[in-house]
Amino acid sequence: MIKFNLFVLPFSFGLIYVVYSIIIHYYRWITALSAVDKVKLGTGLRTPSKIMASLKEIFLEGLIHRKLWKHNPALGYMHMSFALGWFLLIVVGNLESRVYHGAYINAPYYPIFLKFFIHDRLVLFFEVFTVPAFFRFIMDFLLLMVLSGLVLALVKRKKSKWFGIKKTTNHNIFDQVALSCLWMIFPMRLLAESYTAGYFGGGGGFLTQNLGKLLIAVTPGPAEIIAYFFWWSYSLVLGIFFIMMPYSRYMHIPSELLLIVFRHCGILPKKWNSSFTNLEAHSCSRCGVCIDACQLNFAAGTGNIQAVYLIREHREQYVPDDVALTCMLCGRCQEACPVSIKVDSIRLLKRRELGTGQVSDFSYLKNGHPGFADVVYFAGCMSHLSPAIPFAMEGILQEAGINYLFLDRAGSICCGRPLMLAGKDKQASELMEFNKIMIRQTKARLLVTSCPICYKVFREEYNLPVRIQHHSQYLLELVKEGKIALQSQHPKVVYHDPCDLGRGCKIYEAPRELLGKISTLIPAEKEYAAALCCGGSLGLMNTSLQKKDDITKNALEMLLAKDPDILVTSCPLCKKTFAKHSHTEVRDIAEMVHDAIPGRGIRKIPVSKGKEVFTV
Amino acid sequence: MIDFGYALTNDRQIDYDRGDFRYIRLLRSFEPSLDVCIGCGSCSATCSAALFTDFNIRKVHTLIRRGDTESIKSELSKCMFCGKCQLVCPRGVNLRNLILAMNRTIEQLG
Repeated sequence: MIKFNLFVLPFSFGLIYVVYSIIIHYYRWITALSAVDKVKLGTGLRTPSKIMASLKEIFLEGLIHRKLWKHNPALGYMHMSFALGWFLLIVVGNLESRVYHGAYINAPYYPIFLKFFIHDRLVLFFEVFTVPAFFRFIMDFLLLMVLSGLVLALVKRKKSKWFGIKKTTNHNIFDQVALSCLWMIFPMRLLAESYTAGYFGGGGGFLTQNLGKLLIAVTPGPAEIIAYFFWWSYSLVLGIFFIMMPYSRYMHIPSELLLIVFRHCGILPKKWNSSFTNLEAHSCSRCGVCIDACQLNFAAGTGNIQAVYLIREHREQYVPDDVALTCMLCGRCQEACPVSIKVDSIRLLKRRELGTGQVSDFSYLKNGHPGFADVVYFAGCMSHLSPAIPFAMEGILQEAGINYLFLDRAGSICCGRPLMLAGKDKQASELMEFNKIMIRQTKARLLVTSCPICYKVFREEYNLPVRIQHHSQYLLELVKEGKIALQSQHPKVVYHDPCDLGRGCKIYEAPRELLGKISTLIPAEKEYAAALCCGGSLGLMNTSLQKKDDITKNALEMLLAKDPDILVTSCPLCKKTFAKHSHTEVRDIAEMVHDAIPGRGIRKIPVSKGKEVFTV
Repeated sequence: MIDFGYALTNDRQIDYDRGDFRYIRLLRSFEPSLDVCIGCGSCSATCSAALFTDFNIRKVHTLIRRGDTESIKSELSKCMFCGKCQLVCPRGVNLRNLILAMNRTIEQLG
């Protein structure tokens, strides 16, 4: 039996190259892990439950592409047909080759080009039930599955909207070459197998055999040579694809497998450019789902800074300043990402690298004893720009008879997060240290803040020995404990999820439950994890006011589509930003609660549009 | 000195021939919105840091425009970067990025 032909060389060379490259990459990623992470990986790999969880996710995300199915079924099917179809072609092809070849070890090219080497004659009716015929059927079916995905991919070029994608990624030359090769692989296989099956009058399945007959009938010329030409082409495109893989988006295929294992072992992104981030960058498939999620793209027309480009540039080790700085860090892209890449941490990492060596000098801050209390209220800088919020909070705290301390009544010392968002962690830690001492001195059991920006940093970076709550959580607790009684005319309201409270801290229900007690909550078009950013984000460094306004107006349009009486949020920055452009009143949740306390509400409460009732 | 009931004031002329305008040029390329500033001082009035010390971002900006860059270098380290100034600016100057750009300018030009 002949088992070699020159045409297998391009494929074989490509395969050796890509396997070598993947081994080198894996080796580098694993050895570059910190000592702690290596231990985590080692322990994880010895824990069966973690291995099972990793395998399950690899199957669901790597082959089935579950998250893409959820995004759009056509998109999900397209990716699944390529990934699962190709994977099964390889597995079943290997099994099939065993039928013809007794040995346990084959040359790797042998199953791939099996039909070139093996030509079964005779396909009689009863032979359909034989093992070779069964394999022929399965192989043709899988090839058809991949080809159907290819057809969808071609349709997607023209009609990406059908696949739930408005704007697609702008690919570089490496990706374009790799993509072209990938698309060529399966038609070449089909043609090579069909011509061979047609020429030998057997050996093909329902697809290749019949197509082969037809092709031989309609094409003039020697079928054997045409078939041989397609076998060469098939091998060549496979070889080129493999060689391009480490330099293109398709590196995500091997990378994602390791990333899933890393994650299940509990390895987390670091504040510096770590092996994990590097692996994440290689795991990006550049599908472009993040582009549509980005408000800077669809509301402000800035289309070159999205996660996919940031990650590509990070992989290429050159991120332009404006890509690092132009981002609201709202987290919508990482919520949409099918690979769940922590984009914000990569962006912050780049900002840290960009950060100037400038030193901060906060020696002017003087520590005085703030006093003692059970509950410390920290309004935050932004709340001071919207005095109605601290006013409402104080009113509620007094009503509830809480022994509280308004820590930053005379003006806030910044929580440090704005500095961190600009990549100045060291400077931020000086401010944080100062606030930490102040908060500790109060001996309070609870810290309440009105600002989600502060809340997130208190929770994640401060390591305080006290409970930390955002005021929406705290007020709900007060209501549930019966410390404040509420009475309201239940105006129609829409709730806006602030980025740092929602996606940032996963607090969605507390404000909604609270609002449910005093108003009629109507759902917004985009809410919970899909909520929009108000456009005022402190993460956005270098974008013009006009573009920010565009984002705000666009978000308002969607939030106010159902014409609520009041737009409620729980972030002073969102409130300030929306109030500038909104015709509907924008209020903080604390103000809503305050005004629902009988005898406290001193502000107007609109009952419905055009008819305003004043309560005292 | 005999008190005559009046005093000589210090020389307050701004010598534009001796200013160092490399800073403002570089700064403008980093953050063009600084040119729409009308010098109203809202930024300094709301400043978190200014509550505790005499940090004045409007003054820093004005000094850079005049080319008087020596005295600003230590000033910027007082900024907490909270962004209140940006929110109250009636002209929409991108103040946080401006401060970041000032730091980068100083770093690049020394």
